[in-house]
Amino acid sequence: MFTSGMRRIFEGSEHLIRLACVAVLVVLAFLAIRHALVPPEFGKYGYFRPGSLDEIAARTPVFAGRQACASCHDDIVAAKSKGPHANVGCEACHGPLGLHAQDFASQKPVLPNTAKLCVVCHEADAAKPKTFPQVVSREHAGDTACGVCHNPHQPRM
Amino acid sequence: MELSRRELLAAAGKFMVLSGAALEAFESPSGAVAADSKYRMADHWWAMTIDIQKCIGCGNCVRACAIENDVPEGFFRTWVERYEVDGEDMEHPQVESPEGGIHGFPARNTPRVKSFFVPKLCNHCAHSPCVQSCPVGATYLSPDGVVLVDQQYCVGCGYCVQACPYGCRYLHPTKHVADKCTLCYHRITKGLTTACCEACPTGARQLADLKNPGDPVHEFLRVNAIQVLKPQMATGAKVFYKDLDGSVR
Repeated sequence: MFTSGMRRIFEGSEHLIRLACVAVLVVLAFLAIRHALVPPEFGKYGYFRPGSLDEIAARTPVFAGRQACASCHDDIVAAKSKGPHANVGCEACHGPLGLHAQDFASQKPVLPNTAKLCVVCHEADAAKPKTFPQVVSREHAGDTACGVCHNPHQPRM
Repeated sequence: MELSRRELLAAAGKFMVLSGAALEAFESPSGAVAADSKYRMADHWWAMTIDIQKCIGCGNCVRACAIENDVPEGFFRTWVERYEVDGEDMEHPQVESPEGGIHGFPARNTPRVKSFFVPKLCNHCAHSPCVQSCPVGATYLSPDGVVLVDQQYCVGCGYCVQACPYGCRYLHPTKHVADKCTLCYHRITKGLTTACCEACPTGARQLADLKNPGDPVHEFLRVNAIQVLKPQMATGAKVFYKDLDGSVR
């Protein structure tokens, strides 16, 4: 197979050729394993798998967001916009209603109990900002629920 | 090497075409984020602003976060601390955060002590120690400025949990991988605000996009006294506090 000239060059160096073959095999094996283990596009934006961005972004929101509420309940939003609760999101009091926003029949909102809800924010505490309206609920109303006197959407009396 | 004007212009032209193609490739990732089309990562650089003077410690943010992100009980992606600073002793503030403030705080009337609430969450650092410490490339800063965890890649070694100077990470008790605030990445990429901002009744928290010139964050940063947590660590923290007391750690 070899010409006589080539044979003379490789004479006595078979062990080196065998070593070179092993080295090539090792490199090929490394490349094959690396190809199998490293996900496609790894390193596209940095040292991470870009597919994980899509996986994290694909989750469904649980809170619908106030724009979704306003698309049906614009009357409530309009009434609320005149009072001090204008900037309070609907789900801040009514809880997460993402399913309700997708299909209103699938999740029925529960009317919050004003005897428990309002004090979450308005119970007096020294750490709260001084300008924030707060009361000691027991002195202010006793056992009467806040909703008896106040309309939560327009709470000024 | 001497370049003629013709050669220089040709080389510049080639460079512009090639870098344009590279930018194009950068801008069209494979999956959901881009498939929803209007969202382009390069157009955003997310941050958050927190106004200490507006926080009332109601715990709505902690509850909303736990519901939105299915945060396991006893772990927190966001939490609220109540600080009490007695007189000049700023080095030893009394800090409490009963169950992360998820049930609010017991009412207290201590008019002679300075007290205030500090909501905390991942600072989505631009030079994050947690990203630098991850040995497998599972945690990273996304091109739009959010520090995220690839939970398929995470080996649960916990290095990032130790590296975070703000205590914002934990090992998930059942998944056994690192878990943290995603800045509600699944919401902000759909044009919504985060669950904590959505639920905050006073607007103390606001999601901010530093790359949007119309975002009120620019006015907020310009006209107020702004502080980040642990600025000496040079983490590039992107949660900006207004009127933060010097005693806050």
